[in-house]
Amino acid sequence: MISDITLGQYFPAKSVLHRADPRLKICLTIFLIVLIFVAQNFFALGLVAAGVVAVMLLSRIPLKLYFKSLKAILVLVVFTAVLNIFYGSGEPLVQFGIFRITLNGILNSIFVTVRIVILILATSILTFTTSPTQLTDAIERLLKPLTKLHVPVHEFAMMMTIALRFVPTLLEETDKIMSAQKARGADMESGGLMQRIKALIPVLIPLFVSAFRRAYDLATAMESRCYHGGEGRTKMKVLRFTQGDWVILGVCAVFFAAFLALNIAFPAVTHM
Amino acid sequence: MPFLQAQQVRFTYDPNDVDAKEVLHGVDLSIEEGQFVALLGHNGCGKSTMAKLFNGMLLPTAGKILVDGMDTADESQQFAVRSRVGLVQQNPDNQLVAGIVEEDVAFGPENLGVPPAEIRRRVDAALKAVDMYEYREHAPHKLSGGQKQRVAIAGVIAMETKCIVLDEPTAMLDPRGRREVMDTIQYLNREKGITIVLITHYMDEAVQAGRVVVMDEGNILVDGAPDQVFGDVELLKRHDLDVPQATELCYRLRAAGIPLPGLPLGEEECVAMFRRYLRGEA
Repeated sequence: MISDITLGQYFPAKSVLHRADPRLKICLTIFLIVLIFVAQNFFALGLVAAGVVAVMLLSRIPLKLYFKSLKAILVLVVFTAVLNIFYGSGEPLVQFGIFRITLNGILNSIFVTVRIVILILATSILTFTTSPTQLTDAIERLLKPLTKLHVPVHEFAMMMTIALRFVPTLLEETDKIMSAQKARGADMESGGLMQRIKALIPVLIPLFVSAFRRAYDLATAMESRCYHGGEGRTKMKVLRFTQGDWVILGVCAVFFAAFLALNIAFPAVTHM
Repeated sequence: MPFLQAQQVRFTYDPNDVDAKEVLHGVDLSIEEGQFVALLGHNGCGKSTMAKLFNGMLLPTAGKILVDGMDTADESQQFAVRSRVGLVQQNPDNQLVAGIVEEDVAFGPENLGVPPAEIRRRVDAALKAVDMYEYREHAPHKLSGGQKQRVAIAGVIAMETKCIVLDEPTAMLDPRGRREVMDTIQYLNREKGITIVLITHYMDEAVQAGRVVVMDEGNILVDGAPDQVFGDVELLKRHDLDVPQATELCYRLRAAGIPLPGLPLGEEECVAMFRRYLRGEA
């Protein structure tokens, strides 16, 4: 049933990556994405790819899961790959009509494909090894300086936490309401698109009413437990930058130096 | 001085509306520290309103509520009041905030600005007190109703509360969940000396309390020890209120002319009495 879906993609395991500070993981992932787009030639991109694969192996997460996340964007990858083949410059290798395939086009196509694939893999590593709670927590702390600019960082994080908490509850409820409506003869599986959307109304209305009731109860519960926003609030779990995190940072610095060297030393794959 | 004190409390949900019905008509009630009080009554008799008045979620329209000597209407004492009187509501799904049990229990102390190491200690102690320590890393939606209610209770104790007000905490639970919650409440009252105000519809739960307060249409009808309160079956019947099943049975047998020696509250007590009666001992 629908309540079986797991929220986020967190896969609990005991690895160096699971233990690493989520703030560090977020920053490094963002940094890696930048590197992927800054890479100009195959050597630099190859190094990034090799790095990502090494981290994947370190994560102790079944490789099958990574392939699954790639499968989701297969269409996009194939589409961009094919498109890029026809947009190369230089001498055509094959030509039929207005379509011409050049060596540069093929190289570009491979380059872009590798880019997208490692981009997806890199973000998957982050979401596989970090629980949604840790992610929310880390984002709250990383964005904390924005509070000075009157950005309600704590409030957003609280909303995230509550949303994560209530998604399974509401899914369960949707299931129940659907069963209840079906038992009363509601038909949700046949008919055209419009008809099916209309059939959902008797599910959505009770769901919304109950969601508001829940919100009211939750607000009472939160207020009775002295909630008054982020001010003066402490946290049970304090994120600490451990020695292990420094090691990870060191390794990444070396990796970055190597990347820069490769990126400058070799000529760029020319684009369009 | 009593721990919880209601003095001539009147309450109307919308005081500006002339037609609005007054829910409480001058209630006086004192609860001592360490007591276990059951609050009974019909739907709409003002029990749930009392629950929210006790921790300052609602403020009386007239009269005063004193918690440990503090007036709930005094804004500067708001957090002190709420950390002394915790509220547990009926729906087990709607009062847990975080996606992990231990983080939910930590929510209260976090709001109070307690240092992290101390929160950890309190959370562990609270989870052990309600016997949910092994579940500390679980997601709330995977727990049973009784377990969720116990987590909600832990969330209240972690604030080092002195009193817990429970508003029909077992109404949505199965018999097993009800027993779990009642056992937890009993344990906290006896072993930890926590004052309990239990609002309930179930007479067999009310019987477990040391004192029963029955409310009817915004007033207190009777207030006393369980055997005293349920002993006056006529009064309760006149107000369409139930008595425990065992009491009801013996009351009817007596009415039918069987001279039973007493009005028992619980099943075991009832069985023992029948045994004595049938042997001709009483």
